[in-house]
Amino acid sequence: MDWTLQKQLFLGFFRAGIFGYGGGPASIPLVHKEVVQGYGWMSDEEFYDILAIGNTLPGPIMTKMAGYIGYRIGGVTGLFSALTASVFPTVVLMIVLIGALLSFQSSPIVQGMTSAIAPVVGVMMLTLTYNTLKSTKGRTGWLFVTVFTLLSIVVLELLNIHPAFWIALLLIIGVMYWRKPASPEE
Amino acid sequence: MIFWELFMAFFIPGIVGYGGGPASIPLIKHEVVERYSMVTTEQFGEMLALGNTLPGPIATKMAGYIGYEAAGIPGAAVALFATIAPSLLAMIFLLSLLYTFKDSPRVKKMTLYIRPAVAVLLGALAVQFFQSGMTDAGITHTIILGAGSLFLFERTRLHPAFVILAALLYGVIFLS
Repeated sequence: MDWTLQKQLFLGFFRAGIFGYGGGPASIPLVHKEVVQGYGWMSDEEFYDILAIGNTLPGPIMTKMAGYIGYRIGGVTGLFSALTASVFPTVVLMIVLIGALLSFQSSPIVQGMTSAIAPVVGVMMLTLTYNTLKSTKGRTGWLFVTVFTLLSIVVLELLNIHPAFWIALLLIIGVMYWRKPASPEE
Repeated sequence: MIFWELFMAFFIPGIVGYGGGPASIPLIKHEVVERYSMVTTEQFGEMLALGNTLPGPIATKMAGYIGYEAAGIPGAAVALFATIAPSLLAMIFLLSLLYTFKDSPRVKKMTLYIRPAVAVLLGALAVQFFQSGMTDAGITHTIILGAGSLFLFERTRLHPAFVILAALLYGVIFLS
């Protein structure tokens, strides 16, 4: 077994979990940072695919990402390294610190810390949004990106249609459209 | 049978809750408070508030803690397994299927179509975080923190962890 790889998987997901304030979704940009930019285990494209499929499935996103990426990079052992690192430390903290937290949670210091984090997470999310669009534009052109982004905003945000349906539909459109000879590039 | 109840209480929210862990919190509450009466509404609210002061995914913190309170370490293990395993197995299955055809240009192309949707979902999360920043920290601090962290992320090679620590410090000094 590749111990270095297992250690890296553990450390990468440990950092992503322990610095993710605001639940699992807040960790997504941190996971991206670790697996794409930090360790270079996968390309941007692969990361966005995993994120998209993760969004079509129910359940917590962080454990799906950690478990799958761990499995992909380091097999079943990798799955456990990444999952343990992202789940275990904070669960243990919760169980151990519950007494202390009970007395501290209303303290202004803790309140101040938690309210300062949200804008930073917002910026990280926005950066990831921008990168996703930029990489898609690189492969398809700005017209494609504009049309499908606007469509997605209408469908997901205005009509409130479930992301799973929309993503599944886009996958089907993708398959069908490719068959046409007029398909752009490649 | 407490282990079966714990399993079901976290299995159901895990397979019907969309939108990540935070979205499944009301479903978890329904199971552990209303169906199985493991904790009271007040206790649940308190646990959630405490969980939110700690980093990391919230659904697993709740599962681990409620499982531990109900039946010790085995209880925590059962609740965590029920939260994590079903959706993770589905994820591995679906992606393995997709990557079987990974070298076909058709699959390469088809995943391009979902990119803008992913971007919109991420953008919506960004808006949510900004909104909660506005509510908790006010507009001025949200702008300072947002602009400051954007500058640090784009202009320096600082690891996000340091930016987050800096924001926590900022919160202690200016927001407490």
